[in-house]
Amino acid sequence: MGRWVAARAAGALATLLLMSVVVFGLIGLMPGDPVDLMVAGDPNMTSADAARLRALYGLDRPLHERYLAWAGKALQGELGFSRSFGRPVLEILWPRLGNTLLLAGLAFAIAIVVALPLGMLAARRPGGRVDYLVNLACFAGVSAPPFWLALLMITLFAVALGWLPAGGMGDVPTQASWSDAALIRARHLALPVATLALVQIGHYTRFMRAAMIEALRQDFMRTARAKGVSEARAVWDHAFANALAPVLTVLALSFGGLFSGALITETMFAWPGTGKAIYQAILENDFNLALVGLLIATLATLLGNLLADLAQAWVDPRVSLTAGPGA
Amino acid sequence: MTASRPWRLVAARFGRHRLALASLGFLGVLVALSLAAPWIAEWRGVDPTATDLLRRFAAPSAEHWLGTDDLGRDLFQRLLEGGRVSLAVGLAGALLSSIAGALIGVVAGYRGGRLDEILMRLTDGMIALPLLPLLIVLAAIDWRKLGVPAEIAQSESFSLYTIVGIVALTGWTQVARLVRAETLSLKARDFARAARALGATPTHIMWRHILPNTAGALTVATTMSMGGLILFESTLSFLGLGIQPPSASWGNMLTGAQDLLHQAPGLAVWPGLLIFLTVIAFNFLGDGLQDALDPRSERR
Repeated sequence: MGRWVAARAAGALATLLLMSVVVFGLIGLMPGDPVDLMVAGDPNMTSADAARLRALYGLDRPLHERYLAWAGKALQGELGFSRSFGRPVLEILWPRLGNTLLLAGLAFAIAIVVALPLGMLAARRPGGRVDYLVNLACFAGVSAPPFWLALLMITLFAVALGWLPAGGMGDVPTQASWSDAALIRARHLALPVATLALVQIGHYTRFMRAAMIEALRQDFMRTARAKGVSEARAVWDHAFANALAPVLTVLALSFGGLFSGALITETMFAWPGTGKAIYQAILENDFNLALVGLLIATLATLLGNLLADLAQAWVDPRVSLTAGPGA
Repeated sequence: MTASRPWRLVAARFGRHRLALASLGFLGVLVALSLAAPWIAEWRGVDPTATDLLRRFAAPSAEHWLGTDDLGRDLFQRLLEGGRVSLAVGLAGALLSSIAGALIGVVAGYRGGRLDEILMRLTDGMIALPLLPLLIVLAAIDWRKLGVPAEIAQSESFSLYTIVGIVALTGWTQVARLVRAETLSLKARDFARAARALGATPTHIMWRHILPNTAGALTVATTMSMGGLILFESTLSFLGLGIQPPSASWGNMLTGAQDLLHQAPGLAVWPGLLIFLTVIAFNFLGDGLQDALDPRSERR
């Protein structure tokens, strides 16, 4: 187990390292040049000033030297300054990470609570009326563009009905009580969480349904029924327990995607999360912020993958973690 | 006569899937309308690119069937133009990713060993990346910095090709895994072993014996990925990193819609509805094809 975790962590670290090289190279290819932007913003700057700035930021050196310099600093915890905020990038990203985790975590939990029972319900009679309706709803959820779903939500609940705010986190007055503060946050969370959850529910329900149908047709179900086990116990203790293993893996794997997929929802609802910060940083040539933000998103995805393996081993005793990965 | 039998069986099974049939009809109409867009514009006497600032947000009328947008352009005609782009990008992207995925999958599955390990690590690695933000960076790249001449890098067709390439990057991994799994089981079958015993080269076996046998699964996967890729293109275009205005795409038609929700909610409804219907139609079509071509599959 310890060796397995160590091997996986080493693999994740290697992926992160590779990612940092790739992203560093890509970011350098984005339009605009930080020094050009500075020169354009100040008519008093001369080309000599620009050259001095280039030397100061090391922009006159070749790409691999710049990467090594950046990586050396990054390892010491110096991740650079954000150009558009004028503050260290971690200071910008840290609170946003919490906001994204709150948004993605809530949507994840709601999607699971809705999707698992729905999938089981549909699996009870495959091809039946309930299954047909659930399937239709799932296809609709999977096929709706998330940004359009967000637009419809805003049109309906914020513009037409005026029930909920269209975006932002809401300002919490300092003297507000704990419950008032929670209410303000909840009202601002409602639409983005609903949007993010709706898209996931379709995927999760289909996984749950497929896994449950597969489990229900196994021989052990016939054995259980033949032994006289009640139908409820057969379904819950036998079928559900077996269907859960593959579903848990898919769920854990999808969390990383949910984390970076929240980018669209955050942008639509002006929710100050990491995804929105990355997107804005890309648009505004904020190289450092985009780079570190992308690495954090990668880290989240890798952690999700690790959790997927652990979850699999936890619910399925046939999976052993002592053997190395790929063995 | 006998050769047509399996296809009749497939057609009959497909015909039982009513949603798939309806989807096929819908997509057929959509493709026909998109292809005929220039003639329709001529016949209706509207120019989809002509702006008319005196007629912004016009209500639907005999002249403008769905009204006009924020620049006074005919919305119906813009939707058809957008459909051309979205469908073309989806189709080209799906074909490209299927070809790449099939080649990688068949080589990995047939050759096995070290090459298989490397290719599958690459595939798993791709799946483990935060794809959306990464592809946004990729879409934002300034190709002039890579030495592409400015007149090419800024041309309309070049941006179309890069978008196709980018959406194809998201699609090939699933196809590669699918084809690899099929190859592993096919290469142990008697016909493949017979071909090997007769001295056929690996390339010949992969090309003539393995790949044709994955055609059914490949068709299903390509159809299913069409929907996903159209969704992805619309997202990139919506974010301003895909198809660039004034070229219309369903995604970029929605870019400004959020600020106009109060004045013209219709502008936010129609392009999104078309994306939604097209994507769901491709998904139903894929589902129907799966039932028809691969009846053993567990999904139903």
